[in-house]
Amino acid sequence: MTTVYISRDSGALSLGAEQVAAALRAEAAKRNIHCNLVRNGSRGMYWLEPLVEVATDRGRIAYGPVRVRDVPSLFEADFLQGGSHPLRLGPTDEIPYFKNQERLTFARVGATDPVSLEDYLTYEGYRGLRRALDMAPSAIVDEVTNSGLRGRGGAAFPTGIKWRTVLNTPSDIKYIVCNADEGDSGTFSDRMIMEGDPFVLIEGMTIAGLAVGAAQGYIYLRVEYPHAHRALTEAIEAAYRSGYLGKDILGSGKRFDLEVRLGAGAYVCGEETSLLESLEGKRGLVRFKPPLPAIEGLFGQPTVINNVISLASVPIILDKGGEYYRDYGMGRSRGTLPIQLAGNIKYPGLIEKAFGVTLREILYDYGGGSASGRPIRAVQVGGPLGAYLPESRFDTPLDYEAFSAIWAVLGHGGVVAFDDTVDMARMARYGMEFCAVESCGKCTPCRIGSTRGVEVIDKIMSGIDREKNLVLLRDLSDTLLNGSLCALGGMTPYPVLSALNHFPEDFGVSAAEKVA
Amino acid sequence: MAEHEWDREQVQEVIRSNKDKPGALLPILHGIQDALGYVPPDSVPLIAGALNLSRAEVHGVISFYHYFRSTPPGKRTIYLCRAESCQAMGSAALESHAKDRLNIDYHETTGDGTFSLEPVYCLGNCACSPSIMIGKDVYGRVTADSFDDIIENMQVDAQ
Repeated sequence: MTTVYISRDSGALSLGAEQVAAALRAEAAKRNIHCNLVRNGSRGMYWLEPLVEVATDRGRIAYGPVRVRDVPSLFEADFLQGGSHPLRLGPTDEIPYFKNQERLTFARVGATDPVSLEDYLTYEGYRGLRRALDMAPSAIVDEVTNSGLRGRGGAAFPTGIKWRTVLNTPSDIKYIVCNADEGDSGTFSDRMIMEGDPFVLIEGMTIAGLAVGAAQGYIYLRVEYPHAHRALTEAIEAAYRSGYLGKDILGSGKRFDLEVRLGAGAYVCGEETSLLESLEGKRGLVRFKPPLPAIEGLFGQPTVINNVISLASVPIILDKGGEYYRDYGMGRSRGTLPIQLAGNIKYPGLIEKAFGVTLREILYDYGGGSASGRPIRAVQVGGPLGAYLPESRFDTPLDYEAFSAIWAVLGHGGVVAFDDTVDMARMARYGMEFCAVESCGKCTPCRIGSTRGVEVIDKIMSGIDREKNLVLLRDLSDTLLNGSLCALGGMTPYPVLSALNHFPEDFGVSAAEKVA
Repeated sequence: MAEHEWDREQVQEVIRSNKDKPGALLPILHGIQDALGYVPPDSVPLIAGALNLSRAEVHGVISFYHYFRSTPPGKRTIYLCRAESCQAMGSAALESHAKDRLNIDYHETTGDGTFSLEPVYCLGNCACSPSIMIGKDVYGRVTADSFDDIIENMQVDAQ
């Protein structure tokens, strides 16, 4: 029986994948054809969604984007045998956008049925955990340290060092917390992996538990991701049923329990200490550090808190070894980064590449330039707290240090493109407004400074005392930068000042008189 | 303001089944909002009592999080993404269209009680911007026309 794949990823669903799946079922029934319909993750080529793949003896053949009205003609073209059709894209693996990636963390996303444990095992799943079960905790931590893995949530702290601290902190109770509060605009790799391969996250967290001696894990998931919630819940149940979670993991005598907790729409809860407060049932106010969460984290106990992609990168590191992973990348940025390309771009999607690929390659070789056909004028990298970069910075390689060197942040690897119709003063104003809406209120610069920032930018945009207000905006930004406890207040100046510095004309300042 | 009727027993059941979890407050608030569509202010003392918290603490948590609401929503809540990727693809125009079409602003509900409108800062559907979410369904590449189609189909459903 032929197997047909249509994604259950929320991006594909948002473009009608559910209706296409229903139409395919109905048309097959009408023609008395039996086929096996699998709802996979997304390959990440969103301009081709809903993408329909058919398993043939020549590999999977892709068709897309498929609309409901295309379904009868697909059957007429005998697509179940890979037949010729205007929407036929050839073998999925040979589509250049997909073929030219280096998929380690995302290796299975789109290939498998995300909630089928059997599929996960067929595609090399749980090999990392099996190896970890035979290792001493310290050896697991060494493997992660050797891989060079740094936190993929934005701060880029070495994962192995964090784990070592938790391992070495004596306590009967320790926790593994997954920060799945991916609130940064332009980022969706966490969502894609939770929807498209939830077992890899579950496996990564289980390995983390073995490494540091934690028996309880929590996934703190954004409420904005209902499809990820469903996929994670189904996968966790399957893992419990088959003994991959629970009080005796694969007969090893080791215990690990895992639960999903929902956030409630607060951006600041993506900050690790706010997240812990929220998980404890409180307002998500940022905590002072020290103590570090690794020493006093959730409920006052030693806690590993890592981003989704960091934890989802652990299984392959344990399976293939730290060195295998470290061989990808450049400088101190090792391994691969799932880059998320969005905004005004012709071919938006998920591109997993070793660190070192340039922004220009991402925007043009993969992205094909803007969706509107107009010049790309500005690119924001790293979410709402990331800098806006002009064309002169497009040759910067994606590498944590290279981005720091140009006063920008790579963050979570989200890339949002804007064409030349963008008003950068408005984007700077939005940066301040976002901070005002989302501030937890603990620090004065963030709580009050962001509201004042909106007012100051309004005055600049209206030409009221422009010179004075530009000085004031820089002064205010300096206070935010240096006087905030967490990245929300501390990094809001990145979008604001980078917009002003790189695009002064939008603020009514001529390039010649710009203050840099 | 008129008090809305709500099912006290349902709330008590949510509290009972969650109160022994570590960090039970958010799961309880989610459970109540899932059941009733909002967290009635009158339920705050029940929650506070069960968790041994002050009413002020419970109220502080409800008001801190954008997602929790203290008034009943419309039959459908439309979450419209205001984040950067959606802005790059025209969400500002979509936003004004939606407000005009529904004749409400953010955090309001249409007069007939059908739709509530809420801003959201990223649905993770940035590669298909601009996006909206209604209930648990996400819609991508939304235009003014497709927005009208979506809500017209919903109104038919709601009847």
